[in-house]
Amino acid sequence: MMTNNNTHPSLLTLGPVQYNWPAHQRRDFYFRMADEAPLDVVYLGENVCSKRTPFFDPFIPEIAERLQAAGKQVVFSTLALVMDQREQDSLRDVCQMDNVLVEANDVSALSLLDGRPHIVGPFVNIYNEGSARYVAGHGAKVIVFNNELPQTSINAMTGKVSDCEFEVQVFGRLPLAISARCYHARAHGLHKDGCQYVCAQDSDGMDVETLEDQEFLGVNGTQTQSHSLCDLSAEIQAMQDGGVTRFRLWPQWVDMVTVATLYRKLLDGAMDTRDVRQQLQTIAGFAPFANGFFHQQPGANLVIQ
Amino acid sequence: MSKSLQLVCPAGTPAALEAAVEAGADVVYLGFRDETNARNFPGLNFSRTELKDAIAYAHSKNVEIYVAINTFPEAGRLDPWHEAVDDAHMLGADAVILADMGLLDYAKNTHPDLRLHLSVQASASNPESIGFYHQAFGVKRVVLPRVLSFDQIRTLIRKIPVETEVFAFGGMCVMAEGRCSLSSYVTGCSPNMNGVCSPASHVKYQQIGPDLVSKLGDFTINAFADGEAAGYPTLCKGRFQAAGKTSYLFEEPTSLNVSGNLAELADAGVTALKIEGRQRGKAYVAEVVSSFRKAVDGLESGMGFDGTPLEDLSEGGRDTLGAFHKSWR
Repeated sequence: MMTNNNTHPSLLTLGPVQYNWPAHQRRDFYFRMADEAPLDVVYLGENVCSKRTPFFDPFIPEIAERLQAAGKQVVFSTLALVMDQREQDSLRDVCQMDNVLVEANDVSALSLLDGRPHIVGPFVNIYNEGSARYVAGHGAKVIVFNNELPQTSINAMTGKVSDCEFEVQVFGRLPLAISARCYHARAHGLHKDGCQYVCAQDSDGMDVETLEDQEFLGVNGTQTQSHSLCDLSAEIQAMQDGGVTRFRLWPQWVDMVTVATLYRKLLDGAMDTRDVRQQLQTIAGFAPFANGFFHQQPGANLVIQ
Repeated sequence: MSKSLQLVCPAGTPAALEAAVEAGADVVYLGFRDETNARNFPGLNFSRTELKDAIAYAHSKNVEIYVAINTFPEAGRLDPWHEAVDDAHMLGADAVILADMGLLDYAKNTHPDLRLHLSVQASASNPESIGFYHQAFGVKRVVLPRVLSFDQIRTLIRKIPVETEVFAFGGMCVMAEGRCSLSSYVTGCSPNMNGVCSPASHVKYQQIGPDLVSKLGDFTINAFADGEAAGYPTLCKGRFQAAGKTSYLFEEPTSLNVSGNLAELADAGVTALKIEGRQRGKAYVAEVVSSFRKAVDGLESGMGFDGTPLEDLSEGGRDTLGAFHKSWR
C-alpha cells in the first residue's frame, strides 16, 4: 500500500476535450463523466480552435450544472493561441464572469485574471520556480505543468511556491504544438477559412505516419499531438511523494469512466501499477504508451522501471 | 513614411558580427555560449570576453548589440540565466531579449536601467499579452510571432504601447514559437529548455534502396531520390503520410522572405526587421544584410529596390511570405 506524505488529497482532473467531437456526443460524454466517473475536477472549454466554439457553447451551462450537482468542480479553460478580435473579445467575456474559475492558456488571460484566483494551464510556459512564484503572486492557485517538464523540474517547483498546487498530465495524447495554420484542413487540400470542419472526422486526431509507415504524430486541427498515449500510472507514487496533488486525464474516444476509475484506485493506493497498465492497454490499445518526458528522454519513449 | 526600418541582424561568431556591421546592420543580436539562448549549437555564440569586444567594436561603428537570453530557465538552476542577464548589463548591452516571466521579473528588479525586449519565444500574439509584458516588466519592444498577417500586425500596432520587431528573412517556425515540444518528443532536446530544435546530434542519413533517408531520432523525416538535394531534417519541414497522401504536411522547406513587402511593414508602423540566422556563416550574413540594407535605403529614398532576390540563400531555394499572407493558413 502506498504512503502519501502530502497534506492535500490527490485530485483527479479531466482536461478539456481537445478534439472536435460533435456537440451532442460531447454533451453525452460529459453527462456520463458527471454521473459515473470518479473525477474531482472537470475542465470545459475550447483550447484549440475558436471556429468550433459556437457549436458546443450552448451546451456548457447544462453540462456545468450536471457536473456540479455530481460534486465535481467545473473550470472554464480558454484558447491556447489568441489572435483575432473575436477571440480576444470572447476571452475577455469569460474572464469577467463572476463565480467561474478560469484556466488561462494564453498570457492575455493571465492579464485579465490578475489578482483573482485562477489556474494557469499547460499552454502557458511556467518552466521554473521564478515564473511560478510570479503567477502565484498574481492569483494563480494551480499551475498545470507543461508536458515536456521532467521529474527533476517538477520536484524543483513543488513546495517552492506558497499557496499554489501543481497538476501533471498523466494520461492521453499529449498536445505538442499549436499553430495559426490548420494541418487538418491542409491535409485535405483546404484552407483554414474554408475548412469544412474536417477535423470532426477524427475522434482521436488524424494519424500522421512517416514515409516508412511508422506511426508518428496526431493532427487535431491547428494542434499537433503525440501519436503515443502518455501514461504516467507507474510514476504516480513518485509524484505524490514529490508534492504533486493534481493529476490530469486528457479525454480520448475510449471508455474514460474506466480510465478514471483505474487512476482513482491508483491515487488511493488501492491498485497495483502493473494491473492498471494492463487494463489501460485493453481499453486504449490504439496507440503505444509513452512516459519519456518525465524521465528526461524523448517524449515518445516508454521507460519501464 | 515615418522613421526608417531598423535592421536587426544575427551573429553566431565575432566574424559574423563584423560582417553584419560592415554590411550595414543597425543592430546585431547574439547569445552567450550556453543553454541560455535559443541557438545553442556547438561552436557558436559568444564568451563574456568576446561580448565585451563585440560591444566595443559595434559601438565604435554606431551599431547596437542585443543579447538574446531567451530559453526558459531550468527549475532549481536559475543561476546561469541570472548571470547571463547580469553580465549582459555589466558589459553594456543595449538590450536583452527575454521570454521567461521569472527572468523578466528578475531583470526588471535587479537592473531597472536595462532595456528589455520580449523574445518571439514568449508567443505574445495579441494586444492584451503584449500589454501585460509591458505593464508587468516594462518591456519596450516585442518580437512578433510568425503567426500574424500584415493586416493583423497593422491592427495590433495601433493597440500596443511598445515597439515591434518582425521576422523578415530566414528560417521560419510554422508552429507558435515557444509552444512547441515536437523536437523534445523525438530527441529529448527542446527549443524552450535546451535552445535547440531538431539538433544535429540526433540526425542520421541512411541509404535505403535508391533513396537517401534523413532521420531525426528514431523517425524518418524525409527521403530523397538520387540526384534530389537532401535537406536538413527539421521536424516540421519533413514529408509525412496523412489523410491518404504523402506531403509536406506542415510546411515545405522554405525560408521566410519579406524583402518585397517592406513598404507594407513600414506603413503598418513596424520599428525593426529581424533577420534570422545566428547559426549561419559570415558570407551568408554579409549577403543577406547588405541586400536588406539596400532594400531599406531604397524604400526610404523612394528609389525602390532592385537588389538580388536572395533565392539562392533560401532553404530549399524557395521563399514564402508565411503567415504574413492570410492565404498561408
